[in-house]
Amino acid sequence: MMYEQFKARAEGVGAEVYRFITNDAALDFVIEFLHREGLADTPRESALWAECSFLDGIDRGALMGIPGLKFEVTRELASEARFGISQMEWALADTGSLAQNSSAIEQRLVSSLSTIHIALVPTSGILPDMPALLSRVSPKECAYLAMITGASRTADIERVLTIGVHGPERLVIVFVDELGGEN
Amino acid sequence: MGNEFKESINKAVNNANLTGALGKFSEAYKVNRAKAYDGIDFEELRGRIADLKSYAASNLEQLSEQFTRNAEACGAKVFRTNDPAKVREYILKVAQENNVKSVVKSKSMATEEIHLNPYLEKAGIEVGETDLGEWIIQLAGQTPSHMVMPAIHMTKEEVSDLFSKEINERLTSDIPRLVKVAREQLRPAFLAADMGISGGNIAVAETGSIVLMTNEGNARLVTSLPKIHIALVGIEKLIEKYADVATILKALPRSATAQLLTSYVSIITGPSPNTDGSMKDLHIILMDNRRSEMAADPKFKQALQCIRCASCLNVCPVFRLVGGHVFGKVYTGGIGTILTAWFDELKKSEDIQGLCIQCGACKDVCPGKIDIPDLIMELRRRLVKEQGVPLLQKTIYSVVNNRKLFHGMLRAASIAGKPFTSGKFIRHLPLFLADLTDGRSLPAIAEEPFRDRFKKIVQPKLKERVVFYAGCLIDFAYPEQGEALVKILNRAGIEVLFPEEQTCCGAPARYNGVYEVAEKNAIDNIKALLSVDATYVISACPTCTVALAHEFISTFESVGQTEWMPKARELAAKTIDFSTLVKKLVDEGRLSLKEGQKLAKVTYHDSCHLKRALKVSEQPRELLQKAGYDLAEMFECDTCCGMGGSYSLKLPEISAPILQRKLKNIKDTGASIVAMDCPGCVMQIRGGLDQDGAAITVRHTAELLAEQLK
Repeated sequence: MMYEQFKARAEGVGAEVYRFITNDAALDFVIEFLHREGLADTPRESALWAECSFLDGIDRGALMGIPGLKFEVTRELASEARFGISQMEWALADTGSLAQNSSAIEQRLVSSLSTIHIALVPTSGILPDMPALLSRVSPKECAYLAMITGASRTADIERVLTIGVHGPERLVIVFVDELGGEN
Repeated sequence: MGNEFKESINKAVNNANLTGALGKFSEAYKVNRAKAYDGIDFEELRGRIADLKSYAASNLEQLSEQFTRNAEACGAKVFRTNDPAKVREYILKVAQENNVKSVVKSKSMATEEIHLNPYLEKAGIEVGETDLGEWIIQLAGQTPSHMVMPAIHMTKEEVSDLFSKEINERLTSDIPRLVKVAREQLRPAFLAADMGISGGNIAVAETGSIVLMTNEGNARLVTSLPKIHIALVGIEKLIEKYADVATILKALPRSATAQLLTSYVSIITGPSPNTDGSMKDLHIILMDNRRSEMAADPKFKQALQCIRCASCLNVCPVFRLVGGHVFGKVYTGGIGTILTAWFDELKKSEDIQGLCIQCGACKDVCPGKIDIPDLIMELRRRLVKEQGVPLLQKTIYSVVNNRKLFHGMLRAASIAGKPFTSGKFIRHLPLFLADLTDGRSLPAIAEEPFRDRFKKIVQPKLKERVVFYAGCLIDFAYPEQGEALVKILNRAGIEVLFPEEQTCCGAPARYNGVYEVAEKNAIDNIKALLSVDATYVISACPTCTVALAHEFISTFESVGQTEWMPKARELAAKTIDFSTLVKKLVDEGRLSLKEGQKLAKVTYHDSCHLKRALKVSEQPRELLQKAGYDLAEMFECDTCCGMGGSYSLKLPEISAPILQRKLKNIKDTGASIVAMDCPGCVMQIRGGLDQDGAAITVRHTAELLAEQLK
């Protein structure tokens, strides 16, 4: 129910929403997606994957040989990566937003400098709304709470909605049931 | 009003790009805003926002201290000051101590307020705006024309010219391409910057957090890439509780851009690590700059409930014609007028406060529940108090203040106006007065005012009695509207009384800030209208009704008049508008309209005071339909007609295009009659249609109903 509401709202602002039961199925999707979109080991075609619990639940070895896919997040790599992959802990059903404790700068770099942001989300992390999120996340334990709703957008020129100003022009959301979550 | 100001208005209203873009936006905004608020109880939500912001405004000192304590405990450095100069010095000092060469900024009105950019640039620091709109106006060397959409006044062609020069390559006006150029140009600036400067949408006292919202994602980069982050926050952004962030974020994006949430929201509580492992150098500046003085002002404290959504600009019929630059360099529109008067100086609002037509559209949508029109009136009152009334106005009001003289002059005008009248209108006025009849004919003063005609009406002796307050327009220009009212009430078994001592309701004086005259008018009317025993005091002019029902009291409050207050309240309780009473009489079965008729197609214009001050809109529609009229709603039926009392005389260059839009919307319905409940709107719209030549009749609802009584 909350998933359906989230999906409708997120797609309403142009996000792409997928859902998989297992980690492996989600991983297959991500790899297939990267290849389809032209992943390569050249600047502007590479992918950068920030540390997250999803990576702990899969066989990382299978990812190591993929050309262009990197895991060591630096400013330089992040600024030239086309794909940024990170795990967002929560999703807000009523606005179609994702939320993350982004205190680690690596999490922000991959999701703000890339052209396509792929967000892995534990399905159990779906919350009804922002009050539910704020009651869960104490600012004492979260120096940088980030919410993301759809892609980067502007309407500053003649009020024409245009996607991808400073942030990603695509937001691909991948729910994973098996990933669980903090709740 | 100064010539320079009048010139800037003329320039704006004749700028087709500007009025086109703003007009289109304002039309779409209304629809999209309603969609965004679908399923949300807006009144309940804004009640909560008003409460929590009002609490914060009452406790600014305490919340500032609490914020400082909590933010510092998390490792942020907090600098508090009242003085914009100290803010600038502080930022420059931090920059120089850290050898900062370049700064990237995300949108901040507070930095505009203190003119930070030129100050830093003068010290040799490169300052880059990164919000697309802000970057555009920075390249153009301009100032923002809208708080949320700073470059809304520019066309894509102008932007393409600017960008072409910037990157030395001829660009077309393809908007996605222009946006891409901005991304590519600004990315290196983000990566190279030594310092990021942001504003703050909210500052939370109990946690020391600041909240930043953007759609473009620039605030995320500004707060993440440089090692130093300075957030400049006006203390009106303080709220007490962390949980209340959600309350404000529920309204802010919906009201600002009709979004459920902006693409990015960051809640920052203390520094977080940089990429090299060091911690961010986070500075938060809490700036007062007269905000606590404002909080101490019983009237203007309310303005601190603003959450800076700019919806008051988006629904303003004047703003969509003139845009932001007419208002000055920083804050624009309704709330901008008030902020300018405080953050800059009262004198600076002298001209711009006159732009408000008092239609009340902004008050209806303000998520902070601020009575913006009322605060603008208060600015007017204080300006008049400080600077006095111009001589010409003074002469006029001394006349209005003397009923016998005033009415004598109106009678004389019916004769003096003759040379220029044709039929029912004054079509042309000589010389400098010609502007007044530009696009609109003025009504000829009636040869026999209502007060004289009333004496000739033979009324049956009836048990219930109601006092009729005619107001100047019905009394001296449209006595037939008053006669229609008498006919209707008589049919319902009510005798109409007309105390002759009634005079101008004082609205013209009040709306020009001359409260002492409004006070005298109010007292004269209270004496007259309460002199006879009656169930109601009825008025067929919403502006007069609002005066009797609300404004006598608030005028007395403003000038400290206590003696007449109980009587003012007594009168207010008895006051009722025409359509509300007639609807009640019909519902009670005391008055019947002819049944089963198929009458002409009529469209209904909502008058500002009736719809938004008295909250009456369904009653006249139901009555007209009951009588057999075929109601066809016009687009923007409740948007002001541009009359605004003396507004149309002072600012005909704005009033006229507002009227033209209204006429177009009326004509588009194909109705042969346009009905309304206000003689002022009748004057404006009838005059406009007369010059336009369209075959549409303009009637007061009372006239239409009087013809359809059973």
